[in-house]
Amino acid sequence: MSDTAPKPRPQFRNINVTDLMHYRLPMAGKVSILHRISGAALFLCLPLLIALFAMSFVSEAGFASMSKVIGHPLMKLILLGLIWGYLHHFCAGIRYLLLDLHIGVDKESAAKSASVVMGVSLALTVVFGLKLFGVW
Amino acid sequence: MVPIEKIGTKRLVVGAHYGTGEFIIQRVTAIILAIYTLVLLVGILTMSGFTYAGWKNLFTFTCFGIPAGQVLASLAMFSLAWHAWIGVRDIWMDYVKPVGIRLLLLVLTILWLAGSVVYFVHTLWRN
Repeated sequence: MSDTAPKPRPQFRNINVTDLMHYRLPMAGKVSILHRISGAALFLCLPLLIALFAMSFVSEAGFASMSKVIGHPLMKLILLGLIWGYLHHFCAGIRYLLLDLHIGVDKESAAKSASVVMGVSLALTVVFGLKLFGVW
Repeated sequence: MVPIEKIGTKRLVVGAHYGTGEFIIQRVTAIILAIYTLVLLVGILTMSGFTYAGWKNLFTFTCFGIPAGQVLASLAMFSLAWHAWIGVRDIWMDYVKPVGIRLLLLVLTILWLAGSVVYFVHTLWRN
């Protein structure tokens, strides 16, 4: 008998917030919690986004001042975060609608579609981000 | 489990299927929002330069005298608020157990969303 006994698997039952760092979620789990976080962030920032829209919508001068406001680096960072949030929520939402229709429910396709959601939303964020920061 | 006749004879107040309506509304509003997002995106991409006139036209264009742009944007905003209400309500129900705090958060959520809808719709129809 080997004297190096295998390390017991860590057990996670009724985990505390402090355990979250050691708790490795599969990709689908990450997509899921980020769907919730992005939704909550969009909810919290809704009045800010409507205020920006109102500014840009009411007059030509307001449109110009809105452009100025979103030109501020801090504002750009917030907007970049919200753009990612919207894109992630959008892509993950489509995945959930398909899962509701029993499309791609088996383990392999579900794991694959979770990675696709993560990749596509991040890639689109880069595209919109480049536009936002005026690189392209 | 409380026998059903002790809860009410007309309507189930708890139990399975209670959330089915909300579940379906969340999905229907999601589809409406996804379609409207794509419509706006196509509108922006086909614009000849990102100008004030073009931007405003996305939300004020008319169709046979009907203010279609404003109607569509308003419907999207109602969908968004209803969608967010169900989602945020789920978050509070998952993580906040004390009834008093949960009730307070639910009320604040309604005020936050109702305020947003009024603010947006007012801006949209003002001019």
